[in-house]
Amino acid sequence: MMLDIYDFYDKMERNNIMLSFKGDITSELLTSILQIMESKLDNLQEEPKIKKKVYNVLVECLQNLYHHMDEVAPEQNDKIRSAIFMIGKLDNQYNIITGNYIKNENVAGLKKRLEDINLLTKEELKEYYKAVLNNGEMSLKGGGGLGMIDIARKTGEKLNFNFAPVDNTFSFFTLNIKISQ
Amino acid sequence: METISIEGTPKTPTITFNTGSGFLEIKGRSIPENSIEFYKPLVDWLEKYAAKPQPTTNVNIQLEYFNTSSSKCILDVFKKLEAINKGGSKVTINWHYEEDDEDMLEAGEDYQAIINVPFKMVQVEE
Repeated sequence: MMLDIYDFYDKMERNNIMLSFKGDITSELLTSILQIMESKLDNLQEEPKIKKKVYNVLVECLQNLYHHMDEVAPEQNDKIRSAIFMIGKLDNQYNIITGNYIKNENVAGLKKRLEDINLLTKEELKEYYKAVLNNGEMSLKGGGGLGMIDIARKTGEKLNFNFAPVDNTFSFFTLNIKISQ
Repeated sequence: METISIEGTPKTPTITFNTGSGFLEIKGRSIPENSIEFYKPLVDWLEKYAAKPQPTTNVNIQLEYFNTSSSKCILDVFKKLEAINKGGSKVTINWHYEEDDEDMLEAGEDYQAIINVPFKMVQVEE
């Protein structure tokens, strides 16, 4: 099968994608992506305030993917370890899109958590963050469930997500984060 | 008396702890994937220091970025400082934030609300 690369290119161009990646998420990869994005944000001469917000949210999104990998597939070279990540800027709004496999049995729990976060006001998010920070259990890798709350808090937007069923074991989870100027 | 330090990297901050003068500084970025591992030595040093602290302990936190994984560990560090403060050393946490970085200021206020140690919010020029 011949991929229509121009079709890919055209779609990415129209969505003004600055960087995208598909594959296994490693610590070294995250370091590189963050370095590239930091220099791109510098080149765009973004206000420090916007630059920091985008960078912070990007770190949380990418580390979500990273920590998630071992949960779905502890073994290396597994197709389902693969994830997708894109960042683009359209009409003065940054869009960060991530996609990864998730076990079907975990869909309901994550969906509920995201929906609950979306019900909260700015003030409530602040209180919730503090409560989880102070009382929440810390996972071995340090996630601790703060990432999504932090993203919602920093962007001031609802979390936009989707679960697409893949087969009896997996669904594909997509998160689309908007950061407005 | 000794000075303990950890050199910063693109993902981890520079940490300086002078147990002789009671000065601790965490400066730079704190965005490692595994924060618990990174902060463990500092938490251990504070534990030792708590047994024989200086009359005053000054703490400078000057972070450009930190991830949510670090935020838990930073809280653990502050909890150790809270115990040191209770144990007789006068602890002050100087939380630095850049002029227009409201998120960083808010993060400091979050800790201030949780931890029973005097905080000073210090605005720095960019």
